[in-house]
Amino acid sequence: MALLQISEPGQSAAPHEHRLAVGIDLGTTNSLVATVRSGMAVVLNDELGRPLLPSVARYGSDGKVEVGYGAQAHQSSDPRNTIVSVKRFMGRGLADIEHVEAMPYEFVDAEGMVRLKTAQGVKSPVEVSADILRALRERAELSLGGQLTGAVITVPAYFDDAQRQATKDAARLAGINVLRLLNEPTAAAIAYGLDNAAEGIYAVYDLGGGTFDISILKLSKGVFQVLATGGDSALGGDDFDHRVFCWIIEQSKLSPLSHEDARLLQMRAREAKEYLTQHGEAPITARLSSGEFVDLRLTTEVFNEITHTLVHKTLGPTRKALRDAGLSPDEITGVVMVGGATRMPQIQKAVEDFFGCEPLNNLDPDKVVALGAATQANLLAGNRAAGDDWLLLDVIPLSLGIETMGGLVEKVIPRNSTIPVARAQEFTTFKDGQTAMALHVVQGERELVSDCRSLARFELRGIPPMVAGAARIRVTFQVDADGLLSVTAREQTTGHEARIEVKPSYGLNDDEITSMLKDSFTHASEDAFRRALREAQVEAQRLVEAVQSALKEDAHLLSTLERAHVESCLTKLQAVLLGDDRRAIDGAMDALSKGTAEFAARRMNQSVQRALAGKKVEEI
Amino acid sequence: MSVTLSEAAAQHVAKFIAKRGRGIGIRLGVKTSGCSGMAYKLEFADAAEPEDMVFDSHGLKVLIDPKSLPYLDGTELDYTKEGLNEGFKFNNPNVKDQCGCGESFNV
Repeated sequence: MALLQISEPGQSAAPHEHRLAVGIDLGTTNSLVATVRSGMAVVLNDELGRPLLPSVARYGSDGKVEVGYGAQAHQSSDPRNTIVSVKRFMGRGLADIEHVEAMPYEFVDAEGMVRLKTAQGVKSPVEVSADILRALRERAELSLGGQLTGAVITVPAYFDDAQRQATKDAARLAGINVLRLLNEPTAAAIAYGLDNAAEGIYAVYDLGGGTFDISILKLSKGVFQVLATGGDSALGGDDFDHRVFCWIIEQSKLSPLSHEDARLLQMRAREAKEYLTQHGEAPITARLSSGEFVDLRLTTEVFNEITHTLVHKTLGPTRKALRDAGLSPDEITGVVMVGGATRMPQIQKAVEDFFGCEPLNNLDPDKVVALGAATQANLLAGNRAAGDDWLLLDVIPLSLGIETMGGLVEKVIPRNSTIPVARAQEFTTFKDGQTAMALHVVQGERELVSDCRSLARFELRGIPPMVAGAARIRVTFQVDADGLLSVTAREQTTGHEARIEVKPSYGLNDDEITSMLKDSFTHASEDAFRRALREAQVEAQRLVEAVQSALKEDAHLLSTLERAHVESCLTKLQAVLLGDDRRAIDGAMDALSKGTAEFAARRMNQSVQRALAGKKVEEI
Repeated sequence: MSVTLSEAAAQHVAKFIAKRGRGIGIRLGVKTSGCSGMAYKLEFADAAEPEDMVFDSHGLKVLIDPKSLPYLDGTELDYTKEGLNEGFKFNNPNVKDQCGCGESFNV
């Protein structure tokens, strides 16, 4: 029986027509999926009740793809095939990625986006993200009891077009219909209901496992504008763990640690940090494989002292973001806390001191982005309450423009325009008799093309020869609700037109995506076949063992001839048992079952006789 | 005639209404559609219609329009978990048969 949720008045869905929508927080370290149940946003847990899915995928040499905790467990034993923090590679070329040399992966610099070599071949970050998204989709479909209508997926506010498109492609590959990409800080603000709140300027302070982001949002007329973003892509809760870890080693004067001991102490460090959120002092005890014993007490004072610089490090980008937005801390209406690391009291205090107001922290900071995304997804899927009939608008994060002579950028759509948006501008030819024009679409705030990100290039041909400056070419930029861009160039006198969907220059075209999709389909039938074969093998093995033990016990029930027949059937089955011909296995099993039918009947008779022997009818 | 909420259902209904911030109770009903004839309606109620039957269960108002009542009389609304999925379930003694998924039924 399907389980029902309470709908808004007049919104009960017809049977089998529930619009199941989820919000997905596709994080660098962890991912979550949430939905709205009976009007309430909730995060969907896995079978073990865990809300988080570590954003880790492992492509082992055994051909298995593992995602989440299972993959994370192999992070140190199989680092090359265990991909963590793939979000950092989305829509990025090798040159864009920092600290490549420190990463355990074998990178392949494909055109546009980097690829990773694993035991299961070369994987693009889009494919890896798709595997994570697929796991979330499966969890959602199990939890909601049906197919998803669509999902809202969150992305960092600073993600450019290439990174957004890569995220959308990953969703498509995972079989998820993307209702909308939503900026993470905007999602957090929605979760707190700020979209219905008074207009004002909000700061979203997001300290995750490995990244720090600060965003300044302006809410006016139900529209969130991203005024400024900043952060540190290599600063997060893990760094606090590391400080504690170093402190433990220093205090206990430990000799160089084995790999297992280091992991154990890292875990203890993390536990101590989490314990200090509620307590003034945390015990740290561990027995190391070296025989050494760690027995320490970490007080809040010491913890604050050793992590003071880290807390301070988050305030630098915060100050800068405010300066970019032209604001001072007291102009901020409210501060939203996101990310598990913001639970730490000294972070709460530092933020409160900086902004001079108590941060919003009554929602679980790990879940707040996913909850906001779920709320938005529910609305976009059409499950609105009366009076809730608003449409949340987002803005483009970076200006979009076109290259003009001299490598300069002419901005066509300025940043923070609300989307969807279309803007047109006229350009002309530079040389006499010029019949074609190359258009180079760029994204960024800088004046020189070389400082902006190149998104696409295309050509407009068929311009009638004229003197320089006489032709009129109208270039239209259109950004859809997902923040994705299409550009059209049209020569006004002849109507010649050229257009491009900005599939940004990271190199996954439609064909590639289609072929990846097809791949996943062909693998699906292959997987199903493998499974059926394995099942047949197991069943056959069971049958072989059953017959063997029966022969051992009751061989006397068979004549020599019969016995030879059973044994030959048995040998035949054993011969095909480990092969991959399922028909042969099924056939041999059938033959053995038939060949032993009479034997089984006799054994049955014998045991009945034994049971009845020497008993009177009345006793039975 | 009556329709009731199980204790688990009442707890969840109360929680959802509190979270929603408005509503006087929940409305149960049936409508004709679906693969087996009729389908359940389960909605928040913001206002009672003049002809509504109103039942009180665990301190919560359960509203039913008079046309639906014969199909729902004796029903207990329950809240259950099945694996990862959770939600409300109609334990309806009037049901003769239902479609495989239980979303629509026949009396």
